Amino acid sequence: MESAVKVERVFKNFQSGKTQIEALKDISFEVGRGELFGLIGPDGAGKTTLFRILTTLMIANKGNAWVDGLEVVSDYKEIRKRVGYMPGKFSLYQDLTVEENLSFFATLFGTTLEENYELVKDIYVQIEPFKKRRAGALSGGMKQKLALSCALIHRPSVLFLDEPTTGVDAVSRQEFWELLRKLQHQGITIVVSTPYMDEASLCDRVALMQDGRIMDIDTPKGITQKFSKPLWAVGAADMYSLMNDLRSDERVDTCYPFGQYHHITFAEVNQEVQGIEKSLVDKGHTNLSIQKIEPTIEDCFMELMNQ
Amino acid sequence: MSNAAAISVSDLTKQFGDFTAVDAITFEVQQGEIFGFLGANGAGKTTAMRMLCGLSLPTSGKANVAGFDLYKESEKIKKNIGYMSQKFSLYEDLTIRENNRFYGGIYGLTDQQIKEKTQFMLKHLHLESQADTLVKALPLGWKQKLSFSVSMIHDPKIVFLDEPTGGVDPITRREFWTMIYEAAHRGTTVFVTTHYMDEAEYCDRVSIMVDGRIEALDTPAALTKQYNAKGMAEVFVQLARKAKRSDN
Repeated sequence: MESAVKVERVFKNFQSGKTQIEALKDISFEVGRGELFGLIGPDGAGKTTLFRILTTLMIANKGNAWVDGLEVVSDYKEIRKRVGYMPGKFSLYQDLTVEENLSFFATLFGTTLEENYELVKDIYVQIEPFKKRRAGALSGGMKQKLALSCALIHRPSVLFLDEPTTGVDAVSRQEFWELLRKLQHQGITIVVSTPYMDEASLCDRVALMQDGRIMDIDTPKGITQKFSKPLWAVGAADMYSLMNDLRSDERVDTCYPFGQYHHITFAEVNQEVQGIEKSLVDKGHTNLSIQKIEPTIEDCFMELMNQ
Repeated sequence: MSNAAAISVSDLTKQFGDFTAVDAITFEVQQGEIFGFLGANGAGKTTAMRMLCGLSLPTSGKANVAGFDLYKESEKIKKNIGYMSQKFSLYEDLTIRENNRFYGGIYGLTDQQIKEKTQFMLKHLHLESQADTLVKALPLGWKQKLSFSVSMIHDPKIVFLDEPTGGVDPITRREFWTMIYEAAHRGTTVFVTTHYMDEAEYCDRVSIMVDGRIEALDTPAALTKQYNAKGMAEVFVQLARKAKRSDN
C-alpha cells in the first residue's frame, strides 16, 4: 500500500537580505497510513517549512513529495481537499463566532458539521458552550480546539498539526495527545510537530530535526536504543557546583542538567563509578547519588546534535 | 517587611469585572533566589506577573518589589527590574550593538557604561565578531541568550523571565539555565515561568497557581515528597487537574 506521506530529497532555501538560508537540506521520509508521526525539533529546525510544502502552500527548490499518493505540485488542488492543516499560528477568523468559523470551513469543503460529527464530537463538546463567542475572544486552549475542529471538518485523510502544544501547560498537553490517539483510531494519519522532546514517546515514529536536517527517524524505542554509551544520573545537595565539578572532570564526557539530576556519560565506556564518586565526596558534595539510567529522547537528541 | 526579601506580596488580588484573575496571593521571594512561578494556562500567572512588573494595578492587596511599593513607586520598580519574554525581546532590525545602546539608553546608562557593558557581554557570549550583525540574522538560541543579557544591562535587582526557553533546542536550553544560575550566584533574583517541568526542578523554590490562587509553594524536593510524586511534572499535573476554572 502506498504511504500517506512520502518525501524524497527535498531542499528549500530562502533569501534573507544578502544571506541564503537553507531551511531544508535533503529531507526524505515516509509516513504509513494510519500512523501518528512526529517531527521533533526546536524552532528553526525546518518543521513549518516542511508542513507548508506538504500542504501545497510552498514549493520546494528540489526534490519530490506526495500526500495520499498525490504529487504536491501537480495535484495541489486535490491534496487541498484531502488534508487538514492546523498551522502553528492561529489562523481562523477572529471576528467570526465559533459556529460561524465552523460553518465557513464546512461550506468550503462542501460538508456540514453534522456530516462528520463523530470525528469532531470529543473536541466540539468542549467548545460548544462558547459557540456564540467570537473566535478572537477565546482563550488559547479554546482557540486551539476550534482550530482542530475546523481542520477536521471534512474528514481529512491526513492531518498536519504544526506545534499544537507549544506554550500549552503540561495538563492540557496530555489531554491533547489523548485526543490525537482517538483521531488516529478513527483511521486518520497524523503528522504532528513539537519542540517538547517528552512528547516524542507518544508517537508511533518520530523524525528528530535540527537545522534543516533529519538527524534520525525511528520508533521512540528504536531511537533511545541507539544511544551510544552508558548513561548515569548524578544528584547532590548543591546541583550547581556539582555540574561545574563534573564538567571540569576529564573523565566525564558530557554533563547536562536533567530536572533533579545531571545526566552524564564518561569518556571511557568502562569507567568505574566509584572513582568519580570518591572525588565528588572529596570535593565536599553531600547527599550524593549516582545511578545508571535509560536514556530519554532528549538525551539522544543532544547526542545527535553533538555529532 | 524583611530586608532580604526581593519580592514581598500579601493578599494581592486582581479582578476584571466579576472575574477574579488573581485571588489574594501571598508569598515572598528572597534576594538571589531562583523562583519558579508555575501554573496552568489561565491560572493567573501573566496577570500576577504584570502586576509585579508595575504594568497593571492590583484591585487590592499589598506588594513590595525590589524595595518599592507597587502602588506608589511603580516607576522605580520598572527601573530596578529586568524583563524578558519568549515573544518580545530584542529589535530584529537593529544590530546587537544598537540594541544594547537602545536599552542602555532607556535605562539611563551613560555612553561609557553602555560601551563597557556591551564589550563585556559580547566577550561573555563569544559574540565579538557579531556585534554589528542584525539580530534577525542570529539563530534563535543566540537571540534568547542575548536578550537575557540585554534584559540585565542595567544590573537590575530582579529579572522576570516569561517562558524564556520556549522552542529553544535542548542544548541551548541548558546553556540558558547555566546563565540563570550565574546571575543568581551574582545576587540577582530570578523570577521565571516555564512549561518545561524539568526546568521547575532547577528552581530554588516553586509556586504553583491554580484558579488564581497559589496552591503550593516550596522547594521542588519538598513538593515532590509532599505529593508523593516522582518529580515536579507529577506534582504539577496533580495540582492543575484540580482546577475548576478551565481557561476560557
